[in-house]
Amino acid sequence: MSEIKIVLPDIKDYHILEVYRSHGGYENAKKAFSMSSDDVIDIVKKSGLRGRGGAAFATGLKWSFMPKTTDKPKYLCINGDESEPGSFKDRQIFEFNPHQMIEGILITCYAIGVKTAYIYIRGEYYKWIKLVQKALQDAYDAGLVGEKMKETYGTDFACEIYVHSGAGAYICGEESSLMNSIEGKRGYPRVKPPFPAQNGLWGCPTTINNVETLTNVPAIIKNGWEWFAGIGAPKHPGTILFGVSGHVNKPGVYELPSGTLLTDIIYKYAGGVPGDKKIKAVIPGGSSMPPLRGDKLEGVTMDADGLRAAGSSIGTGGIIVMDEDTDLVAVLLRITKFYHHESCGQCTPCREGTGWMEKILKRMNKGEASKADIDLLYRVATNIEGNTICALGEAAAWPVRFTLERFRDEFEKAMKDEVEMPVKNQVHSMRHTKIPIAPIHH
Amino acid sequence: MDFKFTEENIGKVSRIIQRYPEKKAAVMPVLYVAQEQNGGWISNEVVKSVSQVLEITEEEVMGVVTFYTMYHQKPVGKYHIQFCTNVSCMLRGAYPIWDSIREKLGIDNGGVTGDGKYSLEEVECMGSCGTAPMMAINEDFFENLTKDEALRIIESLK
Repeated sequence: MSEIKIVLPDIKDYHILEVYRSHGGYENAKKAFSMSSDDVIDIVKKSGLRGRGGAAFATGLKWSFMPKTTDKPKYLCINGDESEPGSFKDRQIFEFNPHQMIEGILITCYAIGVKTAYIYIRGEYYKWIKLVQKALQDAYDAGLVGEKMKETYGTDFACEIYVHSGAGAYICGEESSLMNSIEGKRGYPRVKPPFPAQNGLWGCPTTINNVETLTNVPAIIKNGWEWFAGIGAPKHPGTILFGVSGHVNKPGVYELPSGTLLTDIIYKYAGGVPGDKKIKAVIPGGSSMPPLRGDKLEGVTMDADGLRAAGSSIGTGGIIVMDEDTDLVAVLLRITKFYHHESCGQCTPCREGTGWMEKILKRMNKGEASKADIDLLYRVATNIEGNTICALGEAAAWPVRFTLERFRDEFEKAMKDEVEMPVKNQVHSMRHTKIPIAPIHH
Repeated sequence: MDFKFTEENIGKVSRIIQRYPEKKAAVMPVLYVAQEQNGGWISNEVVKSVSQVLEITEEEVMGVVTFYTMYHQKPVGKYHIQFCTNVSCMLRGAYPIWDSIREKLGIDNGGVTGDGKYSLEEVECMGSCGTAPMMAINEDFFENLTKDEALRIIESLK
């Protein structure tokens, strides 16, 4: 069976408008415009397409939340913030297949009745922002986007697409924070409800979809929902861009059907581990997802259900492989430092908790921590979870909590039983007093 | 030092404003235009000018400048080096390279060399995990770095 490529087809110069059009590009938008918007939503619903940005939410269902009748303008945001460590897939779309993304945006705008769409791209993607702007300009010039599209497609529908570049804030990948950022504010997440479909950009109905998600849409319109639903894992169909990084011989982005074995991705596609070393840990979906033990990878499939069963989550499909010589204390410190830096500061548990976790991990990394610090660290992590406005709390807490649960032996080996404190006063010595510790659920 | 948008940039700014239903929303792209014109950083004068153009308060502009790391609140070097040490880069040896760059330039994270040629920033993941380790110099990415390669690139900058 030849390998199915939907998002990154192996066609030379596919990023160039003429080449894209010569392969039937923008014909799918025309086809969609000839249907009713409800039919388009229905096709995407039936296809089973789920969001590729982390939560794997059903795309068609999300679209159906948009109100049909409203006197307010409606908006679409395309999330290309891609800041999760280990994720580098959307960048491939910006570079190699921007027109399919733009066509997907057009079809989405039509389906949910949107006239203005913003592509939010992280600011550090200097080159890729320019590539998308170039592709968009070409599409505008050819009358495929904007007011002229009415004439081109013979429809009374038209929409505008703009690029909005971020400026170095991980939190703006969170959808409500992204909207605040587009509105010209600090990227603070908003309390939900109200949800974006009711109260989004400038208080208007808004849908936020990931870049990869929408790039799938033209192919679904072209080949039908049955075709898409038949690819990969039935409950999470289609292909997924898996970004493999860390200790592998051939790091990179691999487009494979959902439900592909994690071990196949690592060994068959990414060329295995340098020096044929054993794997100590794998983070399967970007740095905020719970790490899996290297001895528990057998049979794990890369789809939402497969990873849930394995005790993790698909996230953005960013697979980070760590070999047997990896110092997990140092890795966890680096991950926690990241979340501390990126916490927006609104919620106390996250703002303070990430800082305390970093401090404790620094102490551990220096060899100045005691075994009691492992439980202290665990308690701080579990006190962030569920107590914040947005999911950055979980994103920061999960790596810590699950690394401690699954690799506790590593940490115990590295910690001393007792530590000589530099200052012996009441506050410091409390760390060595016996205090009841919350039970750890494995 | 006074700051005034150039004629060309005034045109750019007014085109940016068109993209949004509210002027305030243009603050991020307009700050980029201003930062570029001002040699890579946002001074208090820039903040004032942006606030006047967009008819928002200086505090609102400052709130945005301080929240996002890509707006620099002090001058940067001619070559601004952003070096990633996040997990995927770290696993592929970023820290020893980072140390050797700091040693070579004699500056630490956030520092600028005395001649104003280089500035150095340790950054979070830039989305080059598959081609790690990496650094960005101004707007160009340099990937799959080794220590020698990184130092050679930095030396070669005129």
